[in-house]
Amino acid sequence: MHRLKYAWTQRQKTAFRNRQEIIRAGLTRRDLFKFGLLSSTGYLATKGGLSAWAGGGCDPGECDIGCSPPTLPFVDPLFIPPVLPERDPLIDPGFTPAPTTAPNRAINPATGIPFEGRTQSHQFRSRFPPEKFFISRMAPNPNAMFSQDPTNLSRIGPQLVWGFNQGGSNFTTDPAITPGPTIVSRYGDPILVRRYNALTGNNGGFGVPEVSTHLHNFHSAPDSDGGPCDPNTGAASTNPLLQGRFFFVGQYYDYFYTMARAGFDTPQHTATDGDVRETLTTLWYHDHRVDHTAENVYKGLAGFHFIFNEFDTGDENTGFRLPSFPDFDIPLILTDKLFTPEGELCFDTFGFDGLIGDKLVVNGRFQPYLDVQKRRYRFRVLDGGPARFYRLYLTNPDNPSQRIPFWAITSSDGNLLPRPVEISGTSSQSPQGLLLSVAERCDVIIDFKFIWENFGQPSRLWLENRLEQDDGRGPDDDIFPPGNVNHALMEFRLTGPNNVVDNSFNPRPVAYPTVGCNANDCVFSPICLPPLPTNNAAAQEDKVRITRRFRFERGNGQWQINGEFVDCSEFRFKVQRNTAERWILQNNSGGWQHPIHIHFEEFRMIRRNSQQIQCGRLEFGRKDVARLGENDEIEILMRFRDFTGGYPMHCHNTMHEDHAMMLLFELADTGDDRTQP
Amino acid sequence: MTTSRRKILAGLGAAPLFGAAVAWAEGSSKRGLPFFGRDPLGPRERIQKYGLPNVELLTHTGQTVRFYDDLIKDKKVVVNFIYATCNGICVPVTSRLVEVQKMLDGRVGRDIFFYSISLKPEEDTPEVLRRYAEAHRVGPGWLFLTGKPENIETLRRGLGFVDLDPVKDADTTNHVGMVRYGIEAEMRWGSCPGLSRPDHILRSILWDLEPPIVRKDS
Repeated sequence: MHRLKYAWTQRQKTAFRNRQEIIRAGLTRRDLFKFGLLSSTGYLATKGGLSAWAGGGCDPGECDIGCSPPTLPFVDPLFIPPVLPERDPLIDPGFTPAPTTAPNRAINPATGIPFEGRTQSHQFRSRFPPEKFFISRMAPNPNAMFSQDPTNLSRIGPQLVWGFNQGGSNFTTDPAITPGPTIVSRYGDPILVRRYNALTGNNGGFGVPEVSTHLHNFHSAPDSDGGPCDPNTGAASTNPLLQGRFFFVGQYYDYFYTMARAGFDTPQHTATDGDVRETLTTLWYHDHRVDHTAENVYKGLAGFHFIFNEFDTGDENTGFRLPSFPDFDIPLILTDKLFTPEGELCFDTFGFDGLIGDKLVVNGRFQPYLDVQKRRYRFRVLDGGPARFYRLYLTNPDNPSQRIPFWAITSSDGNLLPRPVEISGTSSQSPQGLLLSVAERCDVIIDFKFIWENFGQPSRLWLENRLEQDDGRGPDDDIFPPGNVNHALMEFRLTGPNNVVDNSFNPRPVAYPTVGCNANDCVFSPICLPPLPTNNAAAQEDKVRITRRFRFERGNGQWQINGEFVDCSEFRFKVQRNTAERWILQNNSGGWQHPIHIHFEEFRMIRRNSQQIQCGRLEFGRKDVARLGENDEIEILMRFRDFTGGYPMHCHNTMHEDHAMMLLFELADTGDDRTQP
Repeated sequence: MTTSRRKILAGLGAAPLFGAAVAWAEGSSKRGLPFFGRDPLGPRERIQKYGLPNVELLTHTGQTVRFYDDLIKDKKVVVNFIYATCNGICVPVTSRLVEVQKMLDGRVGRDIFFYSISLKPEEDTPEVLRRYAEAHRVGPGWLFLTGKPENIETLRRGLGFVDLDPVKDADTTNHVGMVRYGIEAEMRWGSCPGLSRPDHILRSILWDLEPPIVRKDS
């Protein structure tokens, strides 16, 4: 395998560390092999997942895979972030000064800098006046517990993280948490979220206290997109106060979201405030400070944002009847972390390959458990990065050879599929495991009653990641065997009576491959797939105006797109507003994989290499991340409607992003003809 | 690791593994291995220990210095790697940094310090580096550094100017062309490509090293 010659160094290093441990601990290699801890190459068999035991053999303060203290799994209940409460802008002191369409650049006498970090007016705000108002404050939390179990706490005590609070001004009663509160919004109800920066410069070793909060997947104007930097907002200035995207301690930034679907400003869809087929569902917000996104998100600046609508209502008795929020509709953000042997959360700000952690953390807790009833649940699963990819399986630890199915109802970027897809089904057509690269999201239905009845009444199930990955290059092709606790992200415990009320939609009888699929399927009508743009469409916004090519490559140990590094003062190319384009994304970086994220609108992936993306795949849907595997070439089609201004395309391995694998493009009234910008 | 080996391991069963491993790890801890529960290094010490080794170096002006104590501690710094005979990116990177130095208008050496470290310390004596600095019209406040090869290598690895692929990493002509900058006391470190336009480098440096001063009476 071509990777082997590169992988050797890390393996040698780990092997050396293990040998030292073996000697010191008085264990023979045979003992270790018996425990399943050692492979023939002399390193941890469980190295990609886990850290059940490592720690000895690392130096004090070392921040590397295998050095985190061991922790007991499944001792903490899953943390479910609270829903961010609405606030009344007329009486809430947090809305003084009141939100304005134009940015509030008046100097705040208390801080000596402008009240607001924003420098651009909200687009389309008079057409969509905000109806719901929220506040969230970013702040340090020095007492974040990844586990409340006494044994675990004795190894990894309270940590300094950065998070979002529920909008109050008292951090004792309303502390910043990570993941942040879930924002729940609805199409047709425009919202305004005022985010305060209450961080401090005392960062505990990593993190920069300037923030730009991106709403990942939403169709936002640049003023509220939360991008990294923007030539239109003074990003050519060396004065950081003028660059207009990230904002500073003591400032707020009003993010305005139209809650309208894409296409709302085109002739075809103006009357309906957008194309219903562009409905977005499962989004997340996270920091996007240019050059420092990886450390800030890793430190905790991330949370979920759900959008409901008249069909996906959050109530299993209406509309599509998807499992009811919040009891049976639960977010799961998967992350991996490193701790020093002494138990301190750490991050190597001098590394840029991509951090791979040895502690698996779901919603801010080590390998938690969740008591579930014997019925259907909707889980919104997010790969929260920074660099790990996942292939997720449901494993019965008491019978790991069982192949237990579940159903994806969205694409791998959280938007409803034309037809649900059975994951890990018995059919050879069924995708085995749910593959997610960084920032990808998938809504899955797990039917615990069906599993109870058909898989020998298991009392517990693991959500298990079986993808091997040693470093930031990307996963190996290898899949770990099932049933290893070190790869278990969390444990579901089946509880309660065998017959509980469940009025939710059952995807099983209508899912692919139980039934066949074709491109025109629409199980969740009217949220069907929008027609693809074509070269000779009648409407301008459906017509492919240009094909552009982008090579993602490595140059002088840094990351490039078409041979260029990110430049905050320069748009690489111009897209004509209300047109469509074809982009070819090519991975030329030899051995590295890149989840490529494009801000603005959802795209459709047409083909990967010579293969058409077929229905029945999670990529056959609306997407915002293209997982660019080694040497892959991906063709996408994308519309660019409604807004004007600057947006980025970047790798979502956030270390690659911070090390220049990003470009900025502009939507304007006229586009350019640069085919390899 | 081969697939068949993996199957063997799978067959051993994972559930008892965890308990055994923890018991063993705890045993290890009692035997005095560095382990959890010890007093941790402070984060600043940790960064210094792993990222900013205090190795002895020679400057192009002929002085002997310690990297951390004399050049980095409590300072705002900009660091990159070059070598005198480099025909690749060193010349354009150095000339861009010279532009940046000019734009910083006398601040280099006063409150921001530039360091360029030789990747070929055997060839790059202080005298060679002095000539290199002169040839590039480098202004004051910017030191070119050489030293024992093992010290330079420790420094290069610490600062992360490393390619994961050992073949590429060994190829000096393809060395990591990044510019690293930081405020040591604030544990704040960033970087940008050295081949970026000078104004982008300047901006990246100042956005990181000069965040606005916010009054704390709010």
